[in-house]
Amino acid sequence: MGNGTSIGRVRGLGAAKTGVHHWLLQRFTAIGNLLTGIFLAVSLVLLPDLSYASVAEWLARPVPAVAMILLVVTTFWHARLGLQVLVEDYVHEHANKFACIVALNLAACGGIAFGVFCVIRLALGAHA
Amino acid sequence: MAKDGTRNRPLSPHLEIWRWGPHMFVSILHRVTGDGMAFAGLGLLLWWLGALASGPAAYAQFAKCMTSIPGYVVLIGVSWAFFTHMMSGLRHFVLDIGAGFELKANRTFSILAPVMGVLVTVAFWALLLLR
Repeated sequence: MGNGTSIGRVRGLGAAKTGVHHWLLQRFTAIGNLLTGIFLAVSLVLLPDLSYASVAEWLARPVPAVAMILLVVTTFWHARLGLQVLVEDYVHEHANKFACIVALNLAACGGIAFGVFCVIRLALGAHA
Repeated sequence: MAKDGTRNRPLSPHLEIWRWGPHMFVSILHRVTGDGMAFAGLGLLLWWLGALASGPAAYAQFAKCMTSIPGYVVLIGVSWAFFTHMMSGLRHFVLDIGAGFELKANRTFSILAPVMGVLVTVAFWALLLLR
C-alpha cells in the first residue's frame, strides 16, 4: 500500500485481499447460529415444562450441553463481527473507534467464557 | 499530501435520495434486530445460563422476572428479533450465491422475510403456551 496518489493507497485492497476473511467468518458463524439456534428453539418447545428440574436435567445431557456451548461461541463471535461493522460505520474518530473495538473484543471473550463455564458447571453435576 | 485526495470527494447518495422500497426496510431491520439481540438477547442468554448454573433459587428469580409483563415483552421481543434476523439472514444467503437480484424476486423476498419472521414467532409462542 503506497501513500501517494488516491489509487495507490487503495490498490491491492480489492477482492480477496482483506475484508473477505471478516465476510466469510460472518457467514460461517451465521450457519452455526442457524443450526444451534434452531436446536435451542425446538428443544424449548419439546421440553415438558420450563421448570428448573426439567431445564437443568436437559442442559446436563451431553448433546444439549455441547450444542449450548457451541451456541454461545458462535452467537458471540457473530455478534462481535456484526457490532464491529456497526462501530466502523458510525464511530469515525480513530481513538473512539479503537476504544469501542477493544471493549467489544473484551465483552465477546468474557461472554463466551461465562456462558461456556456455566454449561460445563451444570453438565458436570454442580447440582445433581 | 496523502490526504489531498480524500477532501471534497462526492458523497454517495443516502436514505433521503432513494425512493423507499421493501429491500431498504429489510436491510435496516436486519441490522436493528441483529444489534438489538447482541445486547438484549445475549445478555438474556447469559442470565439464563448463569441462573441455571447457580441453582434453583437463582433460576426462580430469573423465572419470576421473565414471567412478569415487562419480562414477557423482552422475551417476545427477543424471539421476534431472533426469527426475523434468521429469515432476513436466509435472504442474505440467497443473495450471496448471486440469486434474487431481479426486481420482482428481490421485492418478494424482502416482503416475505419480515412476514415469515412474525409468523414463526407467533407459531413458536403458540407451541410454547399451548403444550
